[in-house]
Amino acid sequence: MADTISFLKPRESVLSRRAAIIADLTELLPPECLVHEARELVPFETDAFVSYRRLPLAVALPKTTAQVAAVMKYCNRYGIPVVPRGAGTSLSGGAIPQEDAVVLGLSKMSRILEVDYANRTATVQAGVTNLNISEAVGIDGFFYAPDPSSQLACTIGGNIGMNSGGAHCLKYGVTTNNLLGVKMVLVDGTVIELGGKHLDAAGYDLLGLVCGSEGQLGIVTEAVVRLIAKPEGARPVLFGFDTSEHAGACVADIIGSGIIPVAIEFMDKPAIEICEAFAHAGYPLDVEALLIVEVEGSEAEMDAMLKAIVEIAGRHGVKTVRESQSATEAALIWKGRKSAFGATGRIADYICMDGTVPLGKLSYVLNKTSEIIDRFGLRVANVFHAGDGNMHPLILFNANDPEDAARAEEAGNEILKLCVDAGGCLTGEHGVGIEKRDLMRHQYSEADLNQQMAVRYAFDEDWILNPSKVFPLDGRPAA
Amino acid sequence: MQTNFTLAQLADPHVAESEQILRRCVHCGFCTATCPTYVTLGNELDSPRGRIYLIKDMLENGRPADEEVVTHIDRCLSCLACVTTCPSGVDYMHLVDHARIHIENTYRRPLIDRLIRNLLAAVLPYPARFRAALALAKLGRPFAPLLKRVQVLKPLGAMLDLAPKSVAGVSGSAPPGTHAPEIEKRGRVAILSGCAQPVLDPGINEATLRLLARFGIEVVVPEGEGCCGALVHHMGREEQALDFARRNVDVWMREIDNGGLDAIIITASGCGTTIKDYGHMLRLDPAYAEKAAKVSSLARDITEYLSSLDLPRLEPKRLNVAYHSACSMQHGQKITMAPKNLLKAAGFTVRDPGEGHLCCGSAGTYNILQPEISEQLKARKVKNIEATKADVIATGNIGCITQIASGTAIPILHTVELLDWAYGGPKPEKVPAR
Repeated sequence: MADTISFLKPRESVLSRRAAIIADLTELLPPECLVHEARELVPFETDAFVSYRRLPLAVALPKTTAQVAAVMKYCNRYGIPVVPRGAGTSLSGGAIPQEDAVVLGLSKMSRILEVDYANRTATVQAGVTNLNISEAVGIDGFFYAPDPSSQLACTIGGNIGMNSGGAHCLKYGVTTNNLLGVKMVLVDGTVIELGGKHLDAAGYDLLGLVCGSEGQLGIVTEAVVRLIAKPEGARPVLFGFDTSEHAGACVADIIGSGIIPVAIEFMDKPAIEICEAFAHAGYPLDVEALLIVEVEGSEAEMDAMLKAIVEIAGRHGVKTVRESQSATEAALIWKGRKSAFGATGRIADYICMDGTVPLGKLSYVLNKTSEIIDRFGLRVANVFHAGDGNMHPLILFNANDPEDAARAEEAGNEILKLCVDAGGCLTGEHGVGIEKRDLMRHQYSEADLNQQMAVRYAFDEDWILNPSKVFPLDGRPAA
Repeated sequence: MQTNFTLAQLADPHVAESEQILRRCVHCGFCTATCPTYVTLGNELDSPRGRIYLIKDMLENGRPADEEVVTHIDRCLSCLACVTTCPSGVDYMHLVDHARIHIENTYRRPLIDRLIRNLLAAVLPYPARFRAALALAKLGRPFAPLLKRVQVLKPLGAMLDLAPKSVAGVSGSAPPGTHAPEIEKRGRVAILSGCAQPVLDPGINEATLRLLARFGIEVVVPEGEGCCGALVHHMGREEQALDFARRNVDVWMREIDNGGLDAIIITASGCGTTIKDYGHMLRLDPAYAEKAAKVSSLARDITEYLSSLDLPRLEPKRLNVAYHSACSMQHGQKITMAPKNLLKAAGFTVRDPGEGHLCCGSAGTYNILQPEISEQLKARKVKNIEATKADVIATGNIGCITQIASGTAIPILHTVELLDWAYGGPKPEKVPAR
C-alpha cells in the first residue's frame, strides 16, 4: 500500500475507548445501521482512491437527520473524528477513514423527498445518487445538470462535499451553481438550513461556503437542487484529430469565439481504445485525439452551432467529423466517455489527476504531461473536460509493484504542480481529499490557507470532521 | 486493485483465477448503483464492491468463511447486474462462485439453515421428487403464516407460499425421443427438459416443440438428461453441480456424435447461464474440459435460436406485453434485444418496465432462503411492471414467472408461448379474452 501521504495520528483517547464508543453508538442507532465487526469494517477502508486504506473504528449508516445529529453530537462530545461518506466514489480519498474515526455513511438516506416543477427544484436526501434525480424527473422533461462521470453511483451529498462537475458543466456550471439549499448537521449536532428554493438568501452566502467544503463544516443530510428543462434535442459529435495539440488548440478556439456547446470532451488515443473496448460506441480508432462536442437545442440551433464548430475544427486540421445518428448511438458515446476511468481497469491500475488549466495552455500542458510520464517510464491515458480545461490524465501503473505505484504518485504530483504553474489549479471537481492535500501550499500562500483554515476552525474547533483531508497536516492552528 | 497472495496460495487454480478477477477491480463503485440489495439495504457490505472486498480479505488471509462474510454473500442474488455495469470487466460471477464454494467447504451453517438447504438440493433438481413435494405443499399451505412468524422458519413459509395451487400432469413433451418437423427439415436441435420447469409449467416446452416443428426444426429430447446443476452450483455445492453438468455433457455429446446438433435449446435463462458456463466449470477436468466447452458453445436461449430463423413479420395484434428481462437473460447471457424483437415481429406491442435492470427477487432459491429481501424486490418489480398497464407479461425464465405471478394479477407467460400462439399455435389459457 502506498504511504507517501500520511494521516493524522489516531487519538489515543478514542482508540482506548473503542468498546465503550461502540456500545454507546448501539444505543443511538438501530442494529442494521451500525457496522463494527472487524471483518465488516474492511470494505469501508477506502474509496475510489484505492491506493490508500485505513480501517475505521465503526461505520454508522443512519436513516434520518435526527440519527445523524445524534451520532454527530456524541462524537463531538468525546472528540471522535467523523468521516462522511456518500457512495465512496471519491478519486481523491475524500471518504477514506482512519483508525479513530466513525464513518458516517448516508447511503440509507436515498429518497427524493419532493419535486417542485413550479419552482424548478427537487428536494432530496443526501444519499440519493446524482443520476436518480435526473431519472426521476426525466419523464417530465427535466434534469439535474451537473453530471460527474460517476453519476450512476455517486451521491448528491458527495457532490456537494466536492463541488463536483461533469461533462455538461461547461454550459450549466458545477454543483455550486445548481444548489439552492441544504439541511446540515453541525459538528455539535445542531441542525441548520441554508438557502431554500430561492436564488439568493438573506445574509451571508454560507451555502457557497458549504459546497466544496469536503465534509469539514458539517454533514449535509438534505439538499434542494435546481432542475433544468431538457433541451429540445441534443447531439454529440465526434471530431478526430491527428495530434493532441490540434485538438487542444481547437477547443481554445471554439470557446474563444464565444461558442459554448454543452460539453467538449477530450480523449487521446489510449483513452479512445480503452473506452471503445468497453462501450463499442464507434469512436474512430485511427486518430490521435478525439473531441466529443455536444450541441443542444432545436434542429436549427444545433445545425447553426455545429456549422460554426466544424468550420473552426477545419482550421485545426480535423480529420474526421461524425454526428451520432440515433439516440442509442448518442447514449453509447456518453456511456463510453463516462465509463472511461473504470474501463481503464481493464488494462491497468490507475490514479486520476484533476488539474485545471487555462484553455490557452491545454496543448502545452498535454505535451509537458507526456514528457513527465515518459521520464518516469509510465503510461498515460488522457480523457477530460476540455471545454473548461479540467484535465484528467490517468496514470497507469501496476498496484502490485510498490515501486511502480510510488513512481505513479510522484509523476502525478509533478503534473498537478505543472497545472498550477500554468496558471490553473489542483482540482477541478474531485476535491483535495488526501491526494492533493500536501500540494496545497503549491497553490496557496500561507495567508490564503490560514484564512480557509480559520473558517474551518469556526465550524469545528476540535477538527474532528474529516480531519486528515484538505489542509497539510503541519501548520494547522492549535485547537 | 492491489492484491496480496502468496505464491503457495496462487498455486490453487481457483485462487489464481480469483486473484486475476480482483486485480481488474479499480474500486470505482459503479456496481453499487445497480445492485438490487444495495439499492434495497443501503449498506456497502450488501453491494458487489463490498462483497468483492469481503471475499478478497477472506481469500488473502486464507481464512475459513465466518458468519459475517456468509451473511453478505448469501444476500447476493447472483443477478449479475454488477457485471453488466462494471466498466473494468470484473468477472464477479466466477468470483462469487468461488466464494460460495469456499463457504460450503469451510463454514458450518446453523442446523435449520443446513436442513433447508439439504432439502432444496435433494428435491428441486429431481422432477419426480419435486412433483411429490408440491403435492405435499398443498397440505402444508395453511401453516405458512405460522412458519413465517419464526425467523429461522421463514424460508419454509416462503416455500409453501411459492408452491403453485395446482400441479400440472406429466407433460407430453417429457418422454425422450425425436420430434419431427412439420415441414422440410432445416435444422436439428436438442432441448433441455430441465427439472423444476416441466413440473411447474410443462406448457413452455410444449409450445417450443410446436413452434420449432412448424419452422422445420427437428427437436431431440435426449434420454438421461436432467437438472443443469445451477441450483446446487449457487449453493456452493460444486461436486454435485459438476456431476449434473457431466451427466448432461455426456447426453448431449451422444446426440452430437449421432446426428449432430445445431444448438442445445434452453427455455429457462437461469439454466442457460449455467450451461453456457459448463466449459468454465469443467475446465480443470481433463476428461470433460473439451466436451463441456463444445456443449457451452452450442447452448442457445430459445429466443437466440429463433432469431436466427428469420420468422416472418406478422400483423399487429393489439396486445400490450410488458417484457421482463430475467437477470440470467440480460446480465448472465447478455441477451437483451432478441426476445423483444421477436415479440414485436410477431405483432405484439412491447413495453419496457422501469428499473428493468433490477432483479425480481426470484434468483433460484433466493426467494426461499432470503424471503424478506425477495419480497421487497418483488413488490418493486410488480409496481414497475403494473405501471406499464400491459395486458400480459412475457419473460424467459420459470423462476421469474413463479415469483412475479405470486405478486400480480397480470398474467405472466414465457415469451415462447406468445410466439407459438402468434405463429399458429393454440392461444395460451393465460392470455385474457378480449
